[in-house]
Amino acid sequence: MYYKAKRSAINLLIHLFLISVTATCLFPLAWMVSSSLKTQEGVFRDMSLIPKVCHFENYILAWEKGGFGRYALNSILYTAAVVIGIIIVASLAAYAFSRLRFRGRNLIFFIFMAAMMIPIPGSFVPLYVLLNKLHLRNTALGYILCMVNVGLSTSIFLLKTFFDKLPRELEDAARIDGCSKLGIWWHVALPLAKPVLAVVVVFNALNVWNEYVLALVIFDNKNLMPLQRALMLFQGEFLTNYPLLMAGLTITALPIIIVYLVMQKYIVKGVTSGAIFG
Amino acid sequence: MFKVRKSFGLTQLLFIGFLISLAGCSRQPAVNPQEKATITVWHWMTDREPALQELARRYEEKSGVKVNFELYAPSDAYAQKVRTAAQGGSLPDIFSILGEKVDFASFIKAGYILDLTPYMEENNGEWKNEFFAKALAVNEFSPSNKYGVNAGFYGVPIDIMTIKMLYNKDLFRKLGLNPDMPPVTFTEFLEIGRKAKQAQIQGLVSGWGEAWMIGCLANNYAFNIMGETKVLATIRGEVPYTDPDWIKVLGLFKEMQDSGLLASGVVTMVNKTAEQLFANGRAVFAFNGSWCVNVYKAMNPNLEYAAMLPPAASDKFPVSIWGGAGSSFMVNAKSEKKEEAVKFLKWLTDLDQQAYLAQMTSNLPANKYALSKVSAILGQLAGDMERATHPNIWDISESPRVLEIFNKGIQSIIIGEKTPEQVAEETQRMKEKEMARKSG
Amino acid sequence: MRLKSTLENYLFILPAVTIFIIFYLIPFIWVFKLGMYEWDGIMPTKVFVGLGNFKEIFLEDKIWWQSMTQAGYITLIALTFQNVLAFLLALSCDREIRMKNFYRLMFFIPPVLSEVVVGLVWQWILDGNYGLLNHWLGQLGLGHLSRSWLSDPRTALTCVAIVHSWKGFGWGFLIFLAGLQTIPRELYEAARIDGANAWHSFKKITLPLMAPVAVLVGILTVLGTMQAFILIIAMTDGGPAYHTQVPVLRILASMRGSSRFGYACAQGITFGAILMAVSFIQYRLSNKMRSTYN
Repeated sequence: MYYKAKRSAINLLIHLFLISVTATCLFPLAWMVSSSLKTQEGVFRDMSLIPKVCHFENYILAWEKGGFGRYALNSILYTAAVVIGIIIVASLAAYAFSRLRFRGRNLIFFIFMAAMMIPIPGSFVPLYVLLNKLHLRNTALGYILCMVNVGLSTSIFLLKTFFDKLPRELEDAARIDGCSKLGIWWHVALPLAKPVLAVVVVFNALNVWNEYVLALVIFDNKNLMPLQRALMLFQGEFLTNYPLLMAGLTITALPIIIVYLVMQKYIVKGVTSGAIFG
Repeated sequence: MFKVRKSFGLTQLLFIGFLISLAGCSRQPAVNPQEKATITVWHWMTDREPALQELARRYEEKSGVKVNFELYAPSDAYAQKVRTAAQGGSLPDIFSILGEKVDFASFIKAGYILDLTPYMEENNGEWKNEFFAKALAVNEFSPSNKYGVNAGFYGVPIDIMTIKMLYNKDLFRKLGLNPDMPPVTFTEFLEIGRKAKQAQIQGLVSGWGEAWMIGCLANNYAFNIMGETKVLATIRGEVPYTDPDWIKVLGLFKEMQDSGLLASGVVTMVNKTAEQLFANGRAVFAFNGSWCVNVYKAMNPNLEYAAMLPPAASDKFPVSIWGGAGSSFMVNAKSEKKEEAVKFLKWLTDLDQQAYLAQMTSNLPANKYALSKVSAILGQLAGDMERATHPNIWDISESPRVLEIFNKGIQSIIIGEKTPEQVAEETQRMKEKEMARKSG
Repeated sequence: MRLKSTLENYLFILPAVTIFIIFYLIPFIWVFKLGMYEWDGIMPTKVFVGLGNFKEIFLEDKIWWQSMTQAGYITLIALTFQNVLAFLLALSCDREIRMKNFYRLMFFIPPVLSEVVVGLVWQWILDGNYGLLNHWLGQLGLGHLSRSWLSDPRTALTCVAIVHSWKGFGWGFLIFLAGLQTIPRELYEAARIDGANAWHSFKKITLPLMAPVAVLVGILTVLGTMQAFILIIAMTDGGPAYHTQVPVLRILASMRGSSRFGYACAQGITFGAILMAVSFIQYRLSNKMRSTYN
């Protein structure tokens, strides 16, 4: 009886804790959405959370004025390409650093780690010249490759840490069954690492989705620009169209939230139980 | 399940990516010899994009030459893109250098910018004379300039702007003051500040989180207290920043803070916030540039306000304001379509086009003949152009590191962390270091 | 056979290494060399100054070191406040409680929001005159605590640090949760059958198994927070009077403001070297702690 009461009390406290943190998280989102439904003059004068008149048409206006259609498609392409690219490249490398033995393994891994720590200011200039030489400058492929590089070190670091923790029995079993190294990677390591892969997906998706400056410098052709450009169109040199900007920001936030929701399921499943003892 | 879905999506996306990259490769500009020239212009002025596109259309109708305005915003990213493109050798036909005159000079010396002097001077200076002298001066290097650039005109202004004081007429009435008689002396200014503080109304708002705006007002008062000659002499290193006149300038900010004139939080305020506060009638004064007309109109069309000069702290020299420098365009010296580009710029700065731009975006035109076609408040802001000055028209500029110490030092004075004497000393020390570095 | 095996191993890292060499190493070498020049980023000529830039950074650039200390302060707050919060939240959500998925979604909203929105909202909350925080303090009878939070040199940095932690805890939460999920439930079952209580299983199962994850999060936190700058630009732009300056802002100022590209590169290299040293120490320390703990 006492145990049950204590449990409920603890649960209640936990819920209170979670709810108060949630409130702080929701507040800016609520403000953003509420501002998107107001008028330009109302944004800073009308303090109410739900405006008397909800200008839903701001969303349609924002979509058209910002040219969201084209830019959204571009962003989706870049994000998907970069995420898939990183998952393959980084997990291959991380698996090798974790499980395979070869000369220079630790040194090369260390160099990758060092790259995480040394930001290169002004890397735009050499990247620009480099891409020019490779004839990849004003192209999607060039941008995608650059962005793959941006997230590479951190993703390898995350993946290697988790691969290190994986129990070796499953891999040994697969090897005895005649599986090649690549096969082990594909059939055993990757599925087991779903939770951390989900984190890698979300991390890189967010980075690419929100990136802007590199895209602006590399692309001349505005048809290649990502979503952020649409948002920039609402932030004039002197005058910011707040309601449209907030509507645009809300639209921009939605896909990432969806990606996160989808990826969440993999973090939840937590695969190892059952595979070892079951 | 995950496996199957992933390999399906993977193949699809790689394929699409491959296709797009191919398409991207083939989208490299192909020269079609039959078409008339196309001029590419890079700009950052989001507010003016529709107006510029319309002007491009009109020009194509009139001359058959296609003008491609490409927008890259915000201005920081634009500047980055221009610099990177310069390094990579792919600047467009027309673009702009956003930044200090010393950067402008570097671009010219590196051979990226076309010398427009011959075009300006032909026909007895016909083109040159259309502009306000101060607007053109920003793009001009005089024979005595210290940047090492050959004298001449290297850019074309398409608008001007001034930075002045604005005051809210309604709040003036509320404080019992005559809305048509703004303060003329610094003492009056402080007095109004005290009154505002008592009435619990914010006094002066400005984007002083951005240090250059502080520098602007400080410079206005420096000209007022010691005159242009002495200020320029200080920059040349002949007069120290610890001179009592400079300490007086720094002291003005302390006085403003002590009297309650400055709005709280002014030291980290971004200009957009300052504009918001002033537009919503929450501050008596604003120190802002002529672009504010558009902003205030959008935020609060009923705002009753007027422009005035910064109230004089001394009667030895006139108060100056910063003005003249607006947006300018430069022509790529290495472009194959130089002549067409210059022709287009001539058309763009002509009376009709300038008037159109002014109407569409409430910016002050650079063409002085177009001034008769602008609204009253803009007229007030454009008046006093003869007092206008700007670092970009002086022959020499102060090192950015010295300016940073000076401007941020004023921030320290306002928050009560340092005294004017301390800031003066620190500025002078950095100045001496910079002078040693330049000569050493 | 041996050769084929070794070659296979190298093939695994080949794509990563290729991309790395082209897109990171080459630019890095360029920047590294540039740290030894005085260049404004525009002129075709550069002036070789050897170690002059580095000497200047170490001996004269006081603001640089101020920005490092300030970034360190923000990182400290992140390592403690942000990560402890993230861990507690992850623990709470790992249990079988209702509305789990809802909370998981909520906590990820701050990282998703753009810095623009976060900056604007928090500026409004912390505003000296019309801000919500001061308003609520007044309501609670604590009006004497009101101040202009972001303009007061005493509070500006801490406020920025807290907002930064608020925006970042979602990541730590995610990684901690992923880590907690990979602890087999059977271990807890076995412990309960053996009579251990909640605190006991926490100490003996959760903590040791989460240790490598905690190290990971710690290192990522240090690296990410020390390099932060966009949020700071949105909130205070390094002010008032340098009180919220951070290293990346200083590098940007050198590049754009004073047009000293070479100096900016030198600052970047110095920064990187310090971060490497810190991460190395961090890594060694945590390994040492783990081995003594076990």
